[in-house]
Amino acid sequence: MAEIQIRKVAKRFGSFTALHSIDLTIADQEFMVLLGASGCGKTTLLRIVAGLETPGEGEVWIGDRRVDRLPPRERGIAMVFQNYAVFPHLTVFENIAFGLRMKKLPQQEIERRVNRTAELMHIEQLLKRYSGQLSGGQRQRVAVARALAMEPDVILMDEPLSNLDALLRLEMRAELKGVLAASKTTTIYVTHDQVEAMSLADRIAVMHQGRIVQAAAPVEVYRNPAARFVGSFIGNPPMNFIPATKATNGSWSVAGLTLDGPRSDKPRIDFAIRPEDVEAGSDGLEATVRIVEPLGPHTLVTCDVAGGLFRAVLESSCAVKVGDRLRLAPKPDRIRWFDPETTAALS
Amino acid sequence: MSTTTVSEPSVAAPAAADARKAGNWLFIAGVILLCVWVLLPIYLLLVNALSAPAEVTAFPKRFFPSFDTGSLSFFINFAGVARALWNSVLVAAITMVLSIGIGAPAGYALSRFDFPGKEAFRFLVLMTRAFPLPLLALPLAVMFIRTGLDDTAFGLALVHTTLALPFAVLITFSLFSGIPFELEEAAWTLGCTRLQAFTKVILPLALPGIAASAIFAFVISWNEVFAAAVLTIENRTLTAFLLQSLGESPLYLKFAGGAALVIPALIFIFAVRKYLFAMWGIANR
Repeated sequence: MAEIQIRKVAKRFGSFTALHSIDLTIADQEFMVLLGASGCGKTTLLRIVAGLETPGEGEVWIGDRRVDRLPPRERGIAMVFQNYAVFPHLTVFENIAFGLRMKKLPQQEIERRVNRTAELMHIEQLLKRYSGQLSGGQRQRVAVARALAMEPDVILMDEPLSNLDALLRLEMRAELKGVLAASKTTTIYVTHDQVEAMSLADRIAVMHQGRIVQAAAPVEVYRNPAARFVGSFIGNPPMNFIPATKATNGSWSVAGLTLDGPRSDKPRIDFAIRPEDVEAGSDGLEATVRIVEPLGPHTLVTCDVAGGLFRAVLESSCAVKVGDRLRLAPKPDRIRWFDPETTAALS
Repeated sequence: MSTTTVSEPSVAAPAAADARKAGNWLFIAGVILLCVWVLLPIYLLLVNALSAPAEVTAFPKRFFPSFDTGSLSFFINFAGVARALWNSVLVAAITMVLSIGIGAPAGYALSRFDFPGKEAFRFLVLMTRAFPLPLLALPLAVMFIRTGLDDTAFGLALVHTTLALPFAVLITFSLFSGIPFELEEAAWTLGCTRLQAFTKVILPLALPGIAASAIFAFVISWNEVFAAAVLTIENRTLTAFLLQSLGESPLYLKFAGGAALVIPALIFIFAVRKYLFAMWGIANR
């Protein structure tokens, strides 16, 4: 049982506030992804859980133990680093065995665990090599095997796939998901890659400027962004935003179109829609096509709507040309509204 | 006037090529000059040290020495040489131990920790080399006599340590900086204390470089003559001994003594050249 509780954790570096009072609970065996642009504090938060960084304020609990004053070795964690941190002076076997030797396990048990995790990560044939003789992907496997061999309560991963090339990343991503699910550990995984986050996570915590903006299941984060930042950060191409002015109480005028929306006493709010949630038809938002990008399964069309850029994902069978005037009808159940001042979602 | 400027572009290209060629020749000539500057004295030293005493003053000289070890063996058996050699080794060894013992932790601290005054500290480490030794020698001699450190190997080693320390600090600093911090952090997460992480991960990786830095300290002490001459009387090191006694010796003995001094230093420096380049920030791997 290793639930992780992060309670009011804050961290400052000089005058820069890296984390503003973070609260986050990660359930036992949950795969939590911390997602955000670089500098948002996600790695700092991970390092605080690992014990490589001390929090300025707040508490970190793993299971029923408060760990924020403990050194990393007493926290029951294992970590996989972005640049792998495979010890160059030790063989792959000794790398994986390193933590087990520190625990003073009997040789037989060490060999059993090293062989088992090496098999799991498909590196059995590399056990006698040194890290200098390994490719990036193989080093990554050694780093993961080394963490798994510890049989920790919690595995922490700091952008483990970001140094791999695209194809290898896809392969490792699927493999990691399987291996970690089978290991039944609680995982915190830091990445700036939204696709990685969506595909791996049980839950995604989207971070922005030292705060957690939203922590929810991937589909929820995608469908119902809690803030404008989440909508624009997640999804490729990102969500479209158009300013809306009040028509009547409960309906809003969006680029000439009147749509039902939230009841609010604000004169102006933001209308938002995902590019794939519009349909070209006879009525809807008036759009002038600027760029047409056929992508195979669908066609990405960039248009002018109400003087701003608007991206729409249309069926590849539709024959649009640059300069065409389209009517793009947003699907009513997919429309989202945001407060322009707080950027929070309105309902 | 305008006509000449029009025709210039066509002339400019070959002129530039000529300039580049001339620059090349200048570069090569410079390299040769510098090599001769360094290698010729060593060559002459070796030739004469390995020649029979009579050949040293003979003319014309032979390009290859006769490999006569007469002057060298005479020099080795010369009264006091063995003792001076022993003193030199002893002082250099103490210097080596002290400068690594003090310099390596300083280098580690510089590379791993942020502390107030770090840049000032780095600068001050180098500044210790800014004071000429003759300036310090007299007050040092007086102080050493008061404390009883005069004419001891340890006292001289202290002075040599201050000379070698900046290099030890800077070499180990660049050495530790070259070892990713993540390796240490990974060791911590795998169950190591700070000290264990250092001894199990960082030390094995840094050891060749630390050895190089130690040898460099050894060579600095081995070559140092001024402090050795001022601060020792009975327990002279080889350099101080040679300075004192070779002035009146025949020429071939001077060559033999010179060779005995230069060759170990040369071999050591050659062995650790990679790490000295690292200190100066020249990547050569």
